[in-house]
Amino acid sequence: MTDTTLATSRPGSTDSRRHQYVVFGLLVVLALIAPYFIYPVFLMKGLCFALFACAFNLLLGYGGLLSFGHALYFGSAAYVSAHAAKEWGLSTELCIILGTAYASVLGLIVGWLAIRRQGIYFAMITLALAQMVYFFYLQTPFTHGEDGIQGVPRNPLFGLFDITDNLVFYHVVLAVFLAGFLIIHRTIHSPYGQVLKTIRENEDRAISLGYRVEHYKLLAFVLSATLSGTAGAMKAIVFQIASLTDVFWAMSGEVVLMTLIGGLGTVFGPILGAFFVVGLQDYLADYGSLVTIIQGVIFVICVLAFRRGLVGELGRLLKKAL
Amino acid sequence: MFELLGISPPAFFGQLLIGLINGAFYAILSLGLAVIFGLLHIINFVHGAQYMLGAFTALLLMTHLGIGYWWSLLIVPIVVGLSGIVLERLLLKNLYKLDHVYGLLLTFGIALVIEGTFREIYGSSGQPYGIPEQLKGVQNLGFIFLPNYRAWVIVASLVVCLGTWFVIERTRLGSYLRAATENPALVQAFGINVPVMVALTYGFGVALAAFAGVLAAPIYQVSPLMGTNIIIVVFAVVVIGGMGSIMGAIVTGFMLGVVEGLTKVFYPEASSTVIFVVMVVVLLLKPAGLFGRA
Repeated sequence: MTDTTLATSRPGSTDSRRHQYVVFGLLVVLALIAPYFIYPVFLMKGLCFALFACAFNLLLGYGGLLSFGHALYFGSAAYVSAHAAKEWGLSTELCIILGTAYASVLGLIVGWLAIRRQGIYFAMITLALAQMVYFFYLQTPFTHGEDGIQGVPRNPLFGLFDITDNLVFYHVVLAVFLAGFLIIHRTIHSPYGQVLKTIRENEDRAISLGYRVEHYKLLAFVLSATLSGTAGAMKAIVFQIASLTDVFWAMSGEVVLMTLIGGLGTVFGPILGAFFVVGLQDYLADYGSLVTIIQGVIFVICVLAFRRGLVGELGRLLKKAL
Repeated sequence: MFELLGISPPAFFGQLLIGLINGAFYAILSLGLAVIFGLLHIINFVHGAQYMLGAFTALLLMTHLGIGYWWSLLIVPIVVGLSGIVLERLLLKNLYKLDHVYGLLLTFGIALVIEGTFREIYGSSGQPYGIPEQLKGVQNLGFIFLPNYRAWVIVASLVVCLGTWFVIERTRLGSYLRAATENPALVQAFGINVPVMVALTYGFGVALAAFAGVLAAPIYQVSPLMGTNIIIVVFAVVVIGGMGSIMGAIVTGFMLGVVEGLTKVFYPEASSTVIFVVMVVVLLLKPAGLFGRA
């Protein structure tokens, strides 16, 4: 593969999949130990963004489609799930499901519109549509404008289990994250995923082989939007707030950055990238705009010198697809 | 007609004027994006930040060196344009062989750095920039009071836009440019220094953004965030017009400004979203854009 295409590693063979299962096992063990050493709310934030970044990576890393408006699905789902929890008093799993479903519908509409154009136009259309909905949320009463939906309760899971304790809720978030991650992993390695990668590599050839590329692209878009929605819906319950920040274009930029740092088109890259960016934000929380500047610099470095990302480079050193 | 619609003529023409002015900025900015995209195949996300840089440079020249509006109108595009050339030579030139998406990501990163830096130094709030002495006052046109400065903005942007169109479509230099857009290797073979031309083109596109920034400084508040807010709208304008045509970018820019202004009269709630709605309609009816080639 030349260096000109988007993704830089090629998972898929059974051999590489075995390594991936080993790494996956190690990550699960690490995730189970971690809350006893690290503040669980930080870990939950990281996991929500990791799911967001993995969902984004499905679209960009494997489908070659750059959506620059992914905050739309994340933030919209956060609003719906926060509203359902606070105003309707639904149990937490229903809130997350509702938020996710809403993100799916939005993904279907935006995807259906945006796949009419390719490449750079696709990115601009997704960005513009996300900004349109942002302006809508700015005005509509149910989002409470600049204040956002605050004080979202953590209603009992299934109406039975109390999740107000952070350590308990952490395990719920971890379970949802792992489920989402496995869905993405399964998708990438399915025949559908292979066709998606074909479209990324050479769309014209995929068309000439008889694939209806619009259907494949749209399905990838909806899947990605749906799981981004799950991440956003959970984030609203974790932090007990849904606000305009979650739908702003800067959030769309952040998820691109997470995926880019970790490694486009790698299985584990987005997780590492998400924790890296979330950690950076926490560490520099008191320095205002410095975070923005550093994020910009990282963008520039990644694009110019580091297109494989952290995990992509590691995979190249170990000669294994991670 | 106005009585029937329940709208007062001054409100109608007032919003039409504001629409034309916004349209003037959309036109210059989308023109710059189209010129850059034509030759570099990069969507210049940093365009908004360069527009902000233009306004800020004018403000800083005024407060620190006492250089006024008219000199700024000349100096700022040159200075910011040169910074664009440096940017192109140092960073962008490494991307031409890569997927176009990387150009968007790199310029997005640069925009974050520029905006973050200005926010760090000057805060997020806007700062006023005075209207030059010669352009103060208003004209009473009977149906509307037209502030002189606003009339100047429309005239200046029309002159710059049409001038750019003339140079690109009607002169020898422009024909080199159009040829290089079609086939850079062949143009290079004819002995034209294409890399220099690319750098100058980028510098010119950036200078357009900076010029728009200076024009905007007395109308809008000069703030670090002024660029990104407008650039996303300009992206929608570019999607609607298609980037294949210089005249298309200019016409679409003005047209959408007017559409936005009129929406403020009839249904103010939708005025911030109407351009995006137009984009959706255009995507449904003519996916390649109004002036685009499929």
